[in-house]
Amino acid sequence: MSNLFDLAVTVNRVRYERAVEPHILLSDFLRHDIGLTGTHVGCEHGVCGACTVLFDGQPVRSCLLFAVQTHGHEVTTVEGLGTIDNLHPIQEAFHEAHGLQCGFCTPGILTTLVPFLEQNPNPSEAEIRAAISGNLCRCTGYQHIVDAVKLAAEKMRA
Amino acid sequence: MTTKFIGKRVKRNEDPRLLTGQAQFVDDVEIPGMLHAAFLRSDYAHARLLSIDVSEARKRAGVVAVFTAEDMGDDWQPGPPLVSPPPTVKDVIFHSRRQVPLVKDKVRHAGEAIAVVIAESRYIAEDAVEDILVEFEPLEAVIDLEKGLEAGSPLVHDDLESNLAAHLFQKKGDYEAAREKADLVIARRIVVDRGAAAAMENRGIVTDWDKKSQHLTVWDTTQAPIPIRNGLVARLGLSEHKVRVIAPFIGGGFGPKMMMFYPEEMLIPWVSMKLNRPIKWIEDRRENFYATTQERGQIHDVEIALSKDGHILGLKDIFLHDTGAYDPYGLTTPLNTQCHVMGPYDIKNFTSEVSVVFTNKTLVTPVRGAGRPQGIYIIERLLDIAARELGIDLIAIRKRNLIPPDAFPYEHEIIDQAFAPLVLDSGNYWPVMEKALEMVGYDQFIEYEQPRLRAEGKYVGIGVIPFLESTGVGPYEGARVTVEASGKINVATGIGTQGQGHFTSFAQIVAEQLGVAVCDVRIVTGDTAEFHWGTGTFASRGAVVAGNAIHASASIVRQKVLKLASKILKTPEEELELEDGLVRVIDIPHKSISLGELALLANPLRGAVQPGTEPGLEATAYFGPQYGATAFGTHAMILEIDPETMMLEIKRYITVEDCGTVLNPLILEGQIHGGVSMGIGNAYYEKLHFDENGQLLNASFADYLIPSATELPRIEVGHVETQSPLNELGAKGVGEAGTLPVPALFAQAIENALNNRDLEILETPLSPNRLYELLRPNEEKSR
Ligand code: FES
Ligand code: FES
Repeated sequence: MSNLFDLAVTVNRVRYERAVEPHILLSDFLRHDIGLTGTHVGCEHGVCGACTVLFDGQPVRSCLLFAVQTHGHEVTTVEGLGTIDNLHPIQEAFHEAHGLQCGFCTPGILTTLVPFLEQNPNPSEAEIRAAISGNLCRCTGYQHIVDAVKLAAEKMRA
Repeated sequence: MTTKFIGKRVKRNEDPRLLTGQAQFVDDVEIPGMLHAAFLRSDYAHARLLSIDVSEARKRAGVVAVFTAEDMGDDWQPGPPLVSPPPTVKDVIFHSRRQVPLVKDKVRHAGEAIAVVIAESRYIAEDAVEDILVEFEPLEAVIDLEKGLEAGSPLVHDDLESNLAAHLFQKKGDYEAAREKADLVIARRIVVDRGAAAAMENRGIVTDWDKKSQHLTVWDTTQAPIPIRNGLVARLGLSEHKVRVIAPFIGGGFGPKMMMFYPEEMLIPWVSMKLNRPIKWIEDRRENFYATTQERGQIHDVEIALSKDGHILGLKDIFLHDTGAYDPYGLTTPLNTQCHVMGPYDIKNFTSEVSVVFTNKTLVTPVRGAGRPQGIYIIERLLDIAARELGIDLIAIRKRNLIPPDAFPYEHEIIDQAFAPLVLDSGNYWPVMEKALEMVGYDQFIEYEQPRLRAEGKYVGIGVIPFLESTGVGPYEGARVTVEASGKINVATGIGTQGQGHFTSFAQIVAEQLGVAVCDVRIVTGDTAEFHWGTGTFASRGAVVAGNAIHASASIVRQKVLKLASKILKTPEEELELEDGLVRVIDIPHKSISLGELALLANPLRGAVQPGTEPGLEATAYFGPQYGATAFGTHAMILEIDPETMMLEIKRYITVEDCGTVLNPLILEGQIHGGVSMGIGNAYYEKLHFDENGQLLNASFADYLIPSATELPRIEVGHVETQSPLNELGAKGVGEAGTLPVPALFAQAIENALNNRDLEILETPLSPNRLYELLRPNEEKSR
C-alpha cells in the first residue's frame, strides 16, 4: 500500500511537503499529519460542515476530499484566520455575540463565513441563515450565530 | 443583593481559544507511539455468537493486536451499575443487566461491539475489522414494547423470565375515589418515540499507560470524569492517585456522555495496559447512531379525571419505558417522567405504574430532558383534550390548576429520581405564564389576527405551554479556590464542561467575592488531577451545585483575605473592601495591598507561624442541596402550516423562564436557544426509525434530520426571577429547560392551526409526512 504521493500544499500561507498515502482524507492530513486540529470532524459524510476549510478561498468539506487533491493549491483553516491576541473580525463578533457554546462546529462556520461576507458585505438575516444552513450546530440554536454574523458584517464594513 | 459581576452579560473566557482552533478536544491529543482502535460491531440486533475468526485481521500489516471477549479472560466483566434501583420504594422490581466490554455469547443490539482491532493507524484498524469472520445465529428481535412483554416473546436476556427490566408503582391520594366523583374522565394512549442526542463531537478516548510509574492518563469525552476515574481504579486495580482522567473541551454532551461505562471506556484503558502503548479510539458518526445512548421511547395509557369546571381531580398513568438492551442507568428516566407528568398543577390524586422493557435496541439513558418532556407532553395533551371537551379556554384550564404561590414548598408525596421525596422548593407560576401571553400577544392574536388570516385561507395557530423542571440535584460538588502569587485566582472543580460557559459563569461567582476581573479567574473543570471529588454535569445541575460550591469556597477565601489584610493594613475587617485585585481601606483607597502580595505573605518561607495556621489563601468547600430546585417556564408559539406539504413556519417563538438567580443572561439565553432547537428537532424533525429487525434505518446526518439555521425561528426570551431558598446563590438549573415543552407546544399549535375536530395528536415526534397521514380521513392511522 506504500504508493506514497509527494504532496506539496500551502496551508495558512505555510508550504508543506509531505509524502502521503493517496487515500488519506484532507481532514485527517490537516489534523493529524500537520497538527492543525482546529478543523473538526463531526460526521465524515459531508453533512455537518464542521470540517469546512477554504480551498483556494472557497469553502469545502475536508472530510470529502483526499489530501492529494490539494496538491499545488492553497488551503486555509481556522488557525489561518486570527490569533488569540489578534482575532479576525468574525471571530471577535462571535466572542461578543456569544456565537459559540461547545465550539465544536465553530471552525467550520467561521471558514464558511469568510468568503460569504466578502461577497455579501451587508447580508439579511435570511441570507445569513441560508449561508450557514450547511453547518450543523447542536448547541446554540443558531440565533447568536446569526447575531454574530450581523455584527461581523458591521465591523468589516466599518 | 447588588452585584458587580453576577447577572451581567459577561463575554466568555473560553472563547478566544475555541475561536482560533487552540482548544484541545479529545481527538486532538497526540502521543508519540500512539496506536488506533477500531471496533467490529454487530449488524444484527439479536443473534447468538457462534464463532469469531480474527486470524486474518491479526496478519494484516500494521495490526498490533485484536481482542475478543475470550481474549480478556477474567478481566471480562460487565460495566458497573451507574445508578442503583430506588431503595425507598416498596415492591420495586429491578433486574440489573449491564453492558459488556465485548459480546461474549449473544448480541443484544445492532452496533454492539464484538472485537477491537489495534493498529498503527485508524485506516489500517478499520480495514482489518473487515478481515474478521463471525458466524451468527440470528434471533428474532424484540423491538415493540408491548409485544416484548407478551408471553412467548423472544428474550433479550435469556436468564430472565420476561423482558420486564423493572416495575415501579407510585401513588398519591386515591385516584379511584377521585374518578368516582369526576364529571369527565378522559382516557388516551399516547406514544413517544426515540431520538438521538447527536452532539456534534462523537465520543472518543485516548489512554496513556506508563508502566514504569504505573500511571494511567485518560482523555475522555465524558460529562463525569471523576466517576470514570473511580470506576477505572476499581476495574484495573490501580491506586486512585495513579489514574488521571481528563475531560478536556467537549463538543457537546446532552446526556449520553454522562453514561458510564461505555464498553469502549472499559476496554481501551485495559488494552493500553496490556500492550503498554498509548491508544486512541474516536467514534464515527455511524457508530454514534448505533452505540451512543438514546432516549424517549414510552407508551402511556393515561387517564385524567376532571370536574366540569376543569379542575383536575386525579391522574392515572400506566406506561411502558424502553430501556434498550441493558439498564445501567437504573430508573432515572422513567422516574423523571413520573415526576413531571403532573406538570405544574396541583393534583391531589395520582397513580403511576411503569414497566421498563428490555428491547434489542441501543441503550437508553437520559438525553437533554431525560424523561421530563414525555411527562409534560402527556399532561398538556390531556389538558388540551379536556379543554375542548369541557368548552373551557386552553389558558383558563391551566390557570385554574396551577400550584398557587403560597403552596411552596409543595410536597408531591412521591419519590424523585434521587429517590428522595419530590418537593417543589419555590415558584410563582402565573406571572410567568402571563408574561408569555403578553409577549406573544395572545388575546390580540385570537381575537383579530387569527380570524383575519384564516379568512385569507391561511392555517395559522398558536400554542402556550407551561412546564416545570426539577434541576440542580445532589448529591454534591466541591471546589478549591486559590489566590495565586500573581494575583490571579485559580479554581478547580470536579464536573466536566461541554459548552455551558462554566469558565465564565463560575469566574463571575468568584470575581464577585474577591473583587477581581472575571478574566483573571482561571477555572479548571474535569481533570481529576486538579480536583477529585464530585459526580458530574447532568440534570441541569452544574451552575446550581458546582456554582454554589465555588461560591462557598470563594467566600471562605474572602474571609482569609480580609483577616490577613486587616492585620497588615492595621484596619478592622469591616473597613476593608476587595476591589480591582486589591484589598483597600474603604475611605483611604491608597492604603491597600494586592491579592498577589497577600498570597505571598500567607505562604512565608521562613519564620514562625501561629499554631493552626493554614498556608496560602486557599479554601476547599462543598455544596450538597437538601433536594433539587424546581424551575418553571412557559413557551408560546405562532406557526403557519402549508396544507399541501405540511411544512410549517414558526412565526413567533417566546420563552419565559424562571430559573432563579441568573448568573449570566448571555449564557442563559444561549442555553435556552439551544434547548428549544433540540426540542423543535424532537417535535417535528428527529425520529430514529428502527425496523422490525432492530436495524436503524436513518443512521446518518443525511437521513436523521437535526434542525439547521433555516428551520429555526428567532427566539424571544423573557425572564422572571423566583430565587431558590435551597442555595445561597438562589439559582435553579436551566440546561434542559428549553427542550421540555416543545413537543407539547407543537401538538397544541398544530391542532389550533388546522382547526380540524377530527385531528387529535397523540404522538411525538411528528413530521410533515406523519401529520399528513394523521389528517387523511378514514384511513389507517396506526403507526
Ligand atoms: S465532518 Fe465533514 S461534513 Fe461533517
Ligand atoms: S457550539 Fe456546540 S455544536 Fe455549535
